[in-house]
Amino acid sequence: MEKAIEVIGLTTHYGEREILKDLSFSIPKGKITVILGGSGCGKSTLLRHLIGLMKPTKGNILINGKDITVMEEEKLDEIRKKIGISFQGAALLNSITIADNVSLPIHEHTRLEESTIQIMVRMKLDLVGLSGFEDFYPSQLSGGMKKRAGIARAIALDPEVLFFDEPSAGLDPVTAAGIDELILKLRDVFKMTIVVVTHELPSVFTISDYVIMLDMGAITFSGTLDELKASDNARIRMFLERKPEKITYSPEDYLKIIAGD
Amino acid sequence: MAILKDMHDASKLINSTFYWTAISPFKGKGIRIRASISEMVKAGYNSIPIVSVISLFVGVILALQAAYQLKRFGALIYVANLVGVSITRELGPIMTAIIVSGRSGSAFAAEIGSMKAAEEVDALTSMGINPVKFLVVPKLIALMIMVPALTVLSDCIGILGGFLLSVTALELHPYNYFRQTIEALLIKDIATGLMKAWAFGVVITLVGAYQGFKVEGGAEEVGRRTTSSVVASIFLVIVFDLFFTILFYYFT
Repeated sequence: MEKAIEVIGLTTHYGEREILKDLSFSIPKGKITVILGGSGCGKSTLLRHLIGLMKPTKGNILINGKDITVMEEEKLDEIRKKIGISFQGAALLNSITIADNVSLPIHEHTRLEESTIQIMVRMKLDLVGLSGFEDFYPSQLSGGMKKRAGIARAIALDPEVLFFDEPSAGLDPVTAAGIDELILKLRDVFKMTIVVVTHELPSVFTISDYVIMLDMGAITFSGTLDELKASDNARIRMFLERKPEKITYSPEDYLKIIAGD
Repeated sequence: MAILKDMHDASKLINSTFYWTAISPFKGKGIRIRASISEMVKAGYNSIPIVSVISLFVGVILALQAAYQLKRFGALIYVANLVGVSITRELGPIMTAIIVSGRSGSAFAAEIGSMKAAEEVDALTSMGINPVKFLVVPKLIALMIMVPALTVLSDCIGILGGFLLSVTALELHPYNYFRQTIEALLIKDIATGLMKAWAFGVVITLVGAYQGFKVEGGAEEVGRRTTSSVVASIFLVIVFDLFFTILFYYFT
């Protein structure tokens, strides 16, 4: 298995609280890896580290063999040209049109002719099914369309690695399935390494080649989808079967909680 | 501790703003000229009406207040000196700076703040585009040019206000008033005023951007940061004004 990203001993804190606890894993090249976990397990924080928006307290993250945790901003920008990110809320710039949003990284990082850039933008928008929306502003699009436009911007420079933060959050099942299909297409046609952070089970079962499951800031599982389904770990079963977490107190503890001391 | 962190963040912003404005263009990284021009229109051109009206009124008020004192000594013609010198040295730059703080400083904080809240700033960083270069530098260039330009306008219109009042209500002869103003004004008065205006432009941009980048939560914090950007930039403009006035008093 060829590795696209390797994480070694990643530990991070918000103030005093430890969020990620000594994580080590690797993400295979040319496959879809899903980082799975409940709310507040640290998966968004992990993603922010993988794309270099946050620096860990300890540990290393290697992208194509280069450690991004010790890199200077300018070198990091070189790496960032080769990765694309689709944000949870699409994060399109609201003051410019969809076409300008998609062409932004192309303008910034290449010296191509304006006409070439326009063709590239139309190709990317067509790929995500948004032909003809070039001159719309983000506020004029629906949630699903915004997300698609965000993906078009993320793949504008044909990245090697593509990250998705909650791609189907807040979308109806049909639109969400459309996004899943797009993710599969990007893997099959462009051979991109794709990392998806999500807690949507239907999505996980459709797209994942490889699954990493986080729980309370630590890895509880990593392996293929079939291995995940076959797992008999109690926490994993709870997650897969959508069982609520039962919190049981002893009467004394409950008394302490409501008395507030 | 919190103050130390704020100072650290502020100095980091000042540092990178300086780098992306003054150093990186010479390394072939370029400056967003079109964005700078559009910021100039928003911050400069669009505030011409309000700057004009306020300056005109301030000119009239200043002439009236000066006349109140000077007519007791029969020295009404010195209204021209007082209006000319105080407008160019002090009131032109400071009135312009306060208007620009209210209009553009708050707009910068709100724009950057809401972009921060909507992950747009993170999106820029992750695309390898420096947010300071992309958002702050065009605004800084715009205000470094437009605040002095608006100050020139404010100077002219303020003096015109004083002139109009003097030739009507105070019955001074227009030509005498004109001669008196020309003789009273030194290049130095206008130049120091413009230097102040330039510094105010830098202060207003940096305060607005700083407050914008400080936004962590949602809409409520954008509002709070916008308010504090106006308060902080007016305060800092006055502090810098004091500093420059003392400096120019002793060293020109």
